[in-house]
Amino acid sequence: MRIISKKILADIQGTKITSIKIEAPSIAKKAKPGQFVVLMVTEQGERIPLTVVDADINSGVITLIFQEAGFTTKILGKLKEGDSLFALAGPLGHPTEIKKYGKVVLVGGGVGIAEIYPVAKALKLAGNNVITILGARTKDLLILENELKNASSQIYIATDDGSYGRKAFTTDILKEELGKGGVDLVYAVGPIPMMKRVSQVTAGFNVKTLVSLNALMVDATGMCGCCRVTVSGQTKFSCVDGPEFDAHGVDWAELEKRNKVYLDKEKHICNLNKI
Amino acid sequence: MKKEPVKVKEKEAALRSKNFDEVVLGYTEQEALFEASRCIQCKNPACSSGCPVGIDIKKFIFHITQKDYKSAYFTIKEKNDFPSICGRVCPAEYQCRKACVFTKKGSPFASDNAINIHFLERFVGDYGIKNKLEAPLEKEGKFSKFKVAVVGSGPAGLCCAGELARRGIKVYMFESLHDLGGVLRYGIPPFRLPRNILNFEIDYLKNLGVESTPNFIVGKTKTLDELFFEGYSSIFLGLGAGVPSFLGINNENLCNIYSANEFLTRVNLMSGFKFPEYHTPVNIGKHILIIGGGNTAMDAARAALRLQKMNNIAPSTTIIYRRTKVEMPARRLEIEHAKQEGVDFQFLIQPKEFISDEAGFVKKLVCIKCQLGEPDSSGRKRPVPIQGSDFEIDCDVAVIAVGLKANQILINVTPQLKVDKYSDVVVDAGTMETSINGVFAGGDIVGGEGTVIEAMGMAKRASKSIIEYLGTM
Repeated sequence: MRIISKKILADIQGTKITSIKIEAPSIAKKAKPGQFVVLMVTEQGERIPLTVVDADINSGVITLIFQEAGFTTKILGKLKEGDSLFALAGPLGHPTEIKKYGKVVLVGGGVGIAEIYPVAKALKLAGNNVITILGARTKDLLILENELKNASSQIYIATDDGSYGRKAFTTDILKEELGKGGVDLVYAVGPIPMMKRVSQVTAGFNVKTLVSLNALMVDATGMCGCCRVTVSGQTKFSCVDGPEFDAHGVDWAELEKRNKVYLDKEKHICNLNKI
Repeated sequence: MKKEPVKVKEKEAALRSKNFDEVVLGYTEQEALFEASRCIQCKNPACSSGCPVGIDIKKFIFHITQKDYKSAYFTIKEKNDFPSICGRVCPAEYQCRKACVFTKKGSPFASDNAINIHFLERFVGDYGIKNKLEAPLEKEGKFSKFKVAVVGSGPAGLCCAGELARRGIKVYMFESLHDLGGVLRYGIPPFRLPRNILNFEIDYLKNLGVESTPNFIVGKTKTLDELFFEGYSSIFLGLGAGVPSFLGINNENLCNIYSANEFLTRVNLMSGFKFPEYHTPVNIGKHILIIGGGNTAMDAARAALRLQKMNNIAPSTTIIYRRTKVEMPARRLEIEHAKQEGVDFQFLIQPKEFISDEAGFVKKLVCIKCQLGEPDSSGRKRPVPIQGSDFEIDCDVAVIAVGLKANQILINVTPQLKVDKYSDVVVDAGTMETSINGVFAGGDIVGGEGTVIEAMGMAKRASKSIIEYLGTM
């Protein structure tokens, strides 16, 4: 559970994205693309889920990438190399189903790019034609561009302000790609509004679409139901039934609201601790 | 002259409901002696038959009357490793006390006059803790070459680990959460089971040589096959019934609708009642509804009421139950405590749907009134909704406490492990062995939700079988 290296990937306009490598041999041995861990920074801490971005069996190290959003990710960002987490468990959730689909379009937005990276690598290895669309607010917030370039046969970049790649939304590029035809699967991870738009776009083209949801969790082993989401009218637990679901069935409005349930308390604890 | 039962001292309701400190103070030595002296030492005592692990109750009570608390302690320990826990959480009024000769025949639970066996057990258990009494341990024996994996550190796992370790077997306990104790830690609030008692009982296992690994999810971090491959001779599964059931009504996923497991895990395991010193938040409303009538519902209600008081919110916590008080499965003591503390009870009401505010938070619960009909398969009278009796209740936090199902994580990746139609693990009733050779199970993962002591009873049987199994190796 010791952090062996730490790298700031982006830090501008109040947005900070960090990559940490952690010693976790038994998790590294088992983690597959699409799976996550649950961690606690301190003994007083919350349990939060983070996607395993990379797992190296030989060195027994896993890589996590997170954006400082709430109190827990902020104190996680304060840990230094050599520090240890209080708790770390996993790997959790179902892995992504890796097989030869044919032509797959991956859409990553913001820190969600980190989550599509292991999936892109595995899909390419399985012989898929991987087309990747990355979106960020601005150039300096774009992460893992080179890594994903290597894991894709084609890559497109969209920034909100046009500082890099195209001034567009990821969904604009996605639409063009779908228009060319032959897309067998779309896989998207990013902010809820982005995933929702992706889902709307692909529904129009009738293309199967998977999203990895970032619901709030506590135990992350199916015990509490904090992460429940409605998919195709049925209640599912993101932790044990997901985290990936058919995008076209997800009740996005419900997820968006449920993810804001502790906003007041987040603000309060951040203010108290002046972070 | 007939002696009156000794009432146990409790903290005053108005004061205790502002914190999470223990409510029941337990017997003093004098009180324990007096209560023990009420036991008439029946020639053929029925009390032990009411105990799922068959503690020799008559004998341990006799030892108390002789002030031989050490012998009393070891008499209990022969059958139950955790008297301080069971003395606090056992539903004695449905078990040993119901079987006591002083309970009126045919009564659904123990009469007030029945010997307060659980309080005596607690007295003896706490005496053992205070005086650091330790049961004899076989350090080097014919079993010391074996190692056994215990999966889950709840009541069943703890009990099995203790039993095996005392025979000199090297026990490794795996727990998926970051702290040990299972439901004793995440489910039962500290005002019923103080953490120092729980920690002591767990430390006792460590002293016996039990090694524990938290943050380890068997089925995910490692499979059963991998554990066997690593040299474990046998595996005990005490996985628990950890998956919450919901009502299946409209709008049940609105914000601030919790399962009891989530609510209690936030409060107990994560110490959410100490937010922001502890970082896990829990939302507290002006009108909290708890749906259900079991011990979990009582725990959730009493925790919710405390959080309201601690946050200077006028207390308004209501238990909604579709039958009446008589049919409530909760311990009578819990129901009384909840009432004393100010929890409101609404009986013969069935939830119909939740209503949302603009931001997606729960605002109201629509209910329908019920009347009792013919008994159902559980033997309790069935609640029958009265058509057209719908009404609304204000509600800004709701906690659903309507039961639990088996956790599927390990079961899903272990197809050779036979389960029944409820997805509970199937075992041989005598040996507690599962469909996999050398894998045993006990507690709520076998036969669904039960009590702490029932789980321990099964674990005890399983541990005996494990020892026999090792003997054949």
